[in-house]
Amino acid sequence: MLKGIVGLLAGAAALAQPAAAQGTDPVLIRAAVLRVDDPGLPPISRLDLPPEDLGFAGARLAIEDNDTTGQFMGQDFEAVEVTASPDTAEAEMARLLDEGFEFIVVMADDAITLALADQVGDQAMVFNALARGDNLRGADCRFNTIHVAPSRAMLADGLAQFLMWKNWPDWFLIHGSHPQDQAMAEAYRTAAAKFGARIVEERLYEDTGGARRTDSGHVQVQAQIPVFTQRAEDHDIVITADEADVFAAYLPYLTWDARPVAGSAGLVPRSWHPAMEAWGGTQFQSRFERLAERPVREEDYQAWLSLRILGEAATRAQSGDPEVLKEFILGDDFDVAGFKGQALTVRDWDHQVRQPILLTTGVLTTSVSPQEQYLHQTSQLDTLGVDRPETQCQF
Amino acid sequence: MKHLLSATTGLALLMAAGPAMANRVFVSNERSNDITVLDGETMEVIGTYPAGNRPRGITISPDGTELYVCASDDNLVRVFDPETMEELHTLPSGPDPELFVLHPSGNPLFIANEDDNIVTVVDVETREVLAEVPVGVEPEGMGVSPDGSVVINTSETTNMAHFIDTETYEITSNVLVDSRPRFAQFTADGSKLYVTSEIGGTVSVIDPATQEITKKISFEIPGVLPEAIQPVGARVTSDGKKLYVALGPANRVAVVDAETDEVLDYLLVGQRVWQLAFNPDETRLYTTNGNSNDVSIIDVETDEVLRSVQVGQQPWGVVVAPN
Repeated sequence: MLKGIVGLLAGAAALAQPAAAQGTDPVLIRAAVLRVDDPGLPPISRLDLPPEDLGFAGARLAIEDNDTTGQFMGQDFEAVEVTASPDTAEAEMARLLDEGFEFIVVMADDAITLALADQVGDQAMVFNALARGDNLRGADCRFNTIHVAPSRAMLADGLAQFLMWKNWPDWFLIHGSHPQDQAMAEAYRTAAAKFGARIVEERLYEDTGGARRTDSGHVQVQAQIPVFTQRAEDHDIVITADEADVFAAYLPYLTWDARPVAGSAGLVPRSWHPAMEAWGGTQFQSRFERLAERPVREEDYQAWLSLRILGEAATRAQSGDPEVLKEFILGDDFDVAGFKGQALTVRDWDHQVRQPILLTTGVLTTSVSPQEQYLHQTSQLDTLGVDRPETQCQF
Repeated sequence: MKHLLSATTGLALLMAAGPAMANRVFVSNERSNDITVLDGETMEVIGTYPAGNRPRGITISPDGTELYVCASDDNLVRVFDPETMEELHTLPSGPDPELFVLHPSGNPLFIANEDDNIVTVVDVETREVLAEVPVGVEPEGMGVSPDGSVVINTSETTNMAHFIDTETYEITSNVLVDSRPRFAQFTADGSKLYVTSEIGGTVSVIDPATQEITKKISFEIPGVLPEAIQPVGARVTSDGKKLYVALGPANRVAVVDAETDEVLDYLLVGQRVWQLAFNPDETRLYTTNGNSNDVSIIDVETDEVLRSVQVGQQPWGVVVAPN
């Protein structure tokens, strides 16, 4: 379904002095955003209900930002927004490729993202703005895909560094039964081994499709969660791996032992948070909120960053030629600012965007990893996620 | 003097004693919403005064009679009597004013509106908006050429230095610089323009005549991660010999030979050093240190940090009253 086109010429035409563009038509740089909505259950908190413009709002802000700069460069940006279901994703992608789009932001789960990347082949560059799968950066990596969303390994490592700094090395890991929960649990196991933490006990919280969001839900939860977590080995913190959003948010304050919760609830590692104010983040927040009339979500940030990568490449390379832009984005000179206090770059071994990971509570950013104690010979950001020597990616 | 609610007794005495305006240092505190006033001679805090919501950019008229403060969250510029710190009036500024620069003649004021991608030009006498100049995304740094003919605005997300003609209020040239340009500073003879890039970690040296980048100054500090070196504020001595660059979370100010544009030294100051200001005879340089809530005072002759003085929460900008 075509949702609309943003970022047309209106702004540029009104401008006084498009110095670089005077007298000539601006170069049009087109992109598409394809969001594949999973018809799953609603989130356990109504505060987490996805807004209709999830991700698209971030893309719109990026197009506005790119166009403002484009005025001075003789460049004009647009992004079409497409939603699909898992069943229609392939057909929608085929249509975008037929229409000649060469930059496509994909917001889909791991499996669909991989299938779409294979469908695209060398016809376009894919920006993965949602899927966290470590396999997509590893054995299943694809040369055509830039991973703007952080991987599960990066998120787990970001949290692990902080917990080691905090001297909370003993973890009680509770994971859900869905494949993505298992994958996240595996990322925490790897992170624990990498940074010297111990997983003292693991438990599986099975999604039995039980009575959540019923009138008596909280009563059930209050009775069940303490029992579920009792008699665990001595631990410093409970780590939850619940990407399916089935149980983690119930854990804080209901665990048998008085222990903090992190992972999918409590202290959550993320790419972005709407309370982030450092490094000029306030400007990003207020621009976004003015445009979308809601606080930003990390999906929006990831879509924004995807299209900002395209815009930044067009500015620096001073070109709208897709081949030039693709080469520039993958080249050594590319970097982009993303309100995270340092330049963001693309790892050449798996095309993951290097980035700090925010550790957030409901209302604040508690810390930002990498923690300064973790040094690295090339980039401190490479202490997060799968580094060059360990990568299983072969392009 | 009853309006000076937050003034200390000491201040009341001091101000009763005489003008003593010269060398007075004004620091805007972004988080505590106030201005800390220091005595440049004794390096002591004279007083703290309310300044509206989120005060950032701060400057003073050439004759020292009006102190201008960007109250970013009030969407206006507040004008204070620097002598009494009484608010005289406000100026329209456009939304979210962050930094500004005063024309060398004292009028008009050129204001970067960070949220709105414009530079607002305001007549400080009639208090009217003369022009709004569309620029790149997140306009921030503002510099003016010594002859007042050109104003520079840097846009943080567009990554350009925009040259604005102060007669026509039109952009005449755009120079692409490294990521997140924060500040623009001309040499006193107008022969060079320095533009700092926070994320790029560099200072671009631009020839204003050709609008070409002639050199990029980069920084390397043993034991400091390269990502922590984030150039923000910059000031150059009027003899054109020394350039000082605040390096943000590197907690250092770089001293640069402004003739060769080679780095001479790094001075350890407070945390997240942000903006800089000289005193009128350029013997002292003041730095705002946003994360340690203090101001460092540097001896310009010896390049030694003399001391630090605690100010309000998250000090942002600093200006010293003229002689």
